[in-house]
Amino acid sequence: MANTIFTKQYSDNILYNALVPLYHVCLEVFLLLMVLWLIFHQSYNPNETGDLSKEELQALIDEWTPEELVSDVDQNHRALHPRVITSKAQKYISIDNNKCLNLATHNYLNFVGNEIIEKSAIDTIHKYGVGSCGPRGFYGTVDVHLDLENKLAEFMEMEEAVVYSYGFSTIASAIPAYAKRSDVIFVDEKVNFAIQKGLDASRSRLKFFKHNDTNDLESLLLEQAELDKKNPKKANVTRRFLIVEGIYMNTGEICPLPALIELRKKYKLRIFVDESVSFGTLGVTGRGVTEYFDVPKQDVDMIMCSMEWALGTIGGFCVGSSFIVEHQRLSGLGYCFSASLPPLLTVAASKALDIMTKDITIFSDLKDCCELMHSALETINGLKTKSHKHSPVKHLVLSDECVFTIPREEVLYEISNYCIQHGIAVIVPSYLEKVEKFTPTTSIRLTVNNKLSSEEIKQACTVLQEACNALMSH
Amino acid sequence: MAAKGVVNEHSLVGKNGVSTQHDRNGLRKVQEFCIQNGKIQESRNGSTHHSKEKKRKTVESFEQVPLYTAVMTYLGFYLLMFLGWLNQLLFTPNVAREQNREGYVPLYNRFESFYLRYVYRRVRDCWNIPICSVPGAEVVLKDRITRDYGWTFEFTGTETKCLNLGSYNYLGFAETKGPCAEESAQAIRDFGCAQCSPCQELGTNPLIVELEKLTAEFLGVEDAIVFGMGFGTNALNLPSLLGPGCLVLSDEKNHASLILGLRLSGATIKVFKHNNMKNLEKVLKAAIVKGQPRSRRPWKKILIVVEGIYSMEGSIVKLPEILELKRKYKAYLYVDEAHCIGALGERGRGVVEYFGCNPYDVDILMGTFTKSFGSAGGYIAGSKKLIDYLRINSHAACYASAMSPPVAQQIFTSMSIIMGKDGTMEGLRRIRQLAYNTRYFRERLKKMGVIIYGNQDSPVVPLLVYMFSKIGAVVRTLKQRRIAVVGVGFPATPLMEGRIRICLSAAHTKEQLDAALETFEEIANTLGLRYSQQRRPTDPVLYGVLDKVD
Repeated sequence: MANTIFTKQYSDNILYNALVPLYHVCLEVFLLLMVLWLIFHQSYNPNETGDLSKEELQALIDEWTPEELVSDVDQNHRALHPRVITSKAQKYISIDNNKCLNLATHNYLNFVGNEIIEKSAIDTIHKYGVGSCGPRGFYGTVDVHLDLENKLAEFMEMEEAVVYSYGFSTIASAIPAYAKRSDVIFVDEKVNFAIQKGLDASRSRLKFFKHNDTNDLESLLLEQAELDKKNPKKANVTRRFLIVEGIYMNTGEICPLPALIELRKKYKLRIFVDESVSFGTLGVTGRGVTEYFDVPKQDVDMIMCSMEWALGTIGGFCVGSSFIVEHQRLSGLGYCFSASLPPLLTVAASKALDIMTKDITIFSDLKDCCELMHSALETINGLKTKSHKHSPVKHLVLSDECVFTIPREEVLYEISNYCIQHGIAVIVPSYLEKVEKFTPTTSIRLTVNNKLSSEEIKQACTVLQEACNALMSH
Repeated sequence: MAAKGVVNEHSLVGKNGVSTQHDRNGLRKVQEFCIQNGKIQESRNGSTHHSKEKKRKTVESFEQVPLYTAVMTYLGFYLLMFLGWLNQLLFTPNVAREQNREGYVPLYNRFESFYLRYVYRRVRDCWNIPICSVPGAEVVLKDRITRDYGWTFEFTGTETKCLNLGSYNYLGFAETKGPCAEESAQAIRDFGCAQCSPCQELGTNPLIVELEKLTAEFLGVEDAIVFGMGFGTNALNLPSLLGPGCLVLSDEKNHASLILGLRLSGATIKVFKHNNMKNLEKVLKAAIVKGQPRSRRPWKKILIVVEGIYSMEGSIVKLPEILELKRKYKAYLYVDEAHCIGALGERGRGVVEYFGCNPYDVDILMGTFTKSFGSAGGYIAGSKKLIDYLRINSHAACYASAMSPPVAQQIFTSMSIIMGKDGTMEGLRRIRQLAYNTRYFRERLKKMGVIIYGNQDSPVVPLLVYMFSKIGAVVRTLKQRRIAVVGVGFPATPLMEGRIRICLSAAHTKEQLDAALETFEEIANTLGLRYSQQRRPTDPVLYGVLDKVD
């Protein structure tokens, strides 16, 4: 069989084609056997627990004891005994029935308690009910949402705006919509927690630069440029982002926007600015940090903002060119998978925007109050002011030279308690130390609103000084 | 049970054993007196719960797609992709282009843009339809047309009033009049639109304190904490409960907020097949025996994450079996009751009541107020230890702003109505109506021969149409016939299973449902929706019967 089968009686061509050499047949049989073995053999799966007996398995299961779901907590923790606000959070606020000047909640333009806004919110309830009963894609888009988006885009002089139903989610969803695992993000160390969660969700490579230090940022950018030179193919698909805040909530400093724009142009980054605090507070017409530094809006790729501070309502928005912002309508998780903002809060934001557009004296009033407050705070002995003079958010830390009668970690809390008892509401902001990337220093955070009179500012500083004196050892 | 700092002075007593109190600060509270109405007895504080689990017969159906339809669906997709590719080759897309950014790495990936521009765009008009009225039983849609095949839209200026089968309004609390609206308006006058402060700083007001107590009472657990956003409740609390070294067993069809929260937590995630208890047990056993990957250390804790009603499938979680597995393997359980709180159970207490289980057995009960309470926000409820931990360590409690007062008041009022604390039977009536509507609608659809998924008691009814183009066709046709429904396709569902999702409500009357069903009957013929190959039930469907009469 292995030898030639056909005899020499056939033509030479056929003879040549019909030759079936031995090795060929053996090879084919071997391949056929391989195929049969591959189909029928038992695959080796390292996950199978087949090698342990039933009793052994049961013993392992019985042995295993999980940790408690949650650990015990200190029952005296401040969060378990919160202060209860028994009035509207406007210029004066009642904390545990104690009427205080409100320097603690973020009501920079005094929109909380504004009667026009409240009336329009109440009218909206009578037209649309309270909840919107659906996400934006499924009959949750109410015409007031579209109105607000148009107004915001017009106010900020950009092409399009997207409105979210919660300030925290706005920022935490906007960043991962653009930045993915293979990208690199340059971000300031002192960014707020919402941005940090957005960075975690994006899973990109993070490069933190020192707070407001453009030299440090430039050195990081140069390092990245070196890496890019070594691997140009990878560099072509790595997107680069720069994320900063207009005014940093954790420090009250303003970002050096013009220098950042220069770097952006030089190293081809995309810059996202979180203007939660600077929207409605910086600039002659309240349009934020771009107006303050006179930077053209097109130089910034996207502005993200929470409406929960200056606008006095709930929610957030992102504004920018249509090319950028439109993408979030399908990729922003907090936009697509969450119910839309209740209409009454949307209308409250709309009306607040109307007031901002018509009456620009509110911004100059706020600027004056910020400057007055800043100069008054600098006179307090025992506390150092660590913010920009135009920022409505001021941080006060203990002076290094002064010595106090109680441990330093407790001084600021005691000052805050004393002030509240004496009619000035200031608080120490809470942070989750174990989760923050760079825990901010403990401070007293004071917020300024635009209706403070100079007597009230003086009174506030007097009370703060008294509190410090009571705790300082002389 | 006054909130801290609130002084109560009785000033007037209303009827039906309900008293309205005004305190010094003008705060109004409805005191919960027990009404002399045998069934609406609400005083669950510390009372024993019935721990006998009802043996409830689960009637669920997930019929397989007929082969012919499967083939046609895939072919349809390929055709769409091919046409899209041709389109891209020959015409320029009418989309925004990036200005002033030459030399930058492109922001979006090409396949994503392709799908969006050439497949999704064809049916884009079926989503994001703006409304201009309250999303109650009927809703007014703003008409819009596209003159360029879906690239841009224009408003025509006209409006269409439609029967609303798309919004999440299970108990019909999306109302512009009535006690909820009035009390929310009063809450704005008392507390303003927002507190502008995170919960841990100055975000607590008496409304929130009362609401948390009421939520805990409603669910029958020790304590509860509320947050301003439902999505945020999952995404911002799961990271505080879990960490690296923990294992999470998450159902295949879990919601995006759960997936995001679990990813952010850093725990190891293993997915088990949808509602499949055998698969869950197998994964659990293997996980405990093997331990952590690579290091083989034992897991710190194991958490099973499921939802009460899955909004895309309409299925209800098999709670008694999961509780048994949980006890056997010492795992913890997290149930997201976003769609079933208020909608399931005789008194609307959710999936735990539906199965007759003990709420203390579920470690973490989570839910949202958007669907059945006509408001916004979310809650987590459970033991006091858990809630204390969350009050201190939750990301949302520490950094995100507190719930808005009118929103909180709406929840408080609607929850009180459901519990019967307003002295009427309104709450029970709504729950009953929703249950009747659900059964009736589902039975009638089954009789029609269309394939619907899910449990017979789930008010979420996914009607399978499979083909992408049919989703568009059905939504548009129904809109012309003045019915508003929601179409869902890839990527929210598997490629093959395009569906129309109907959400029933207690606000729908039988007449409205009958009219809708007639329309469905007609389009089932014209659009070819009768995919079911099972025998169609022939007995007449009665309205108001919850269990088959033996």
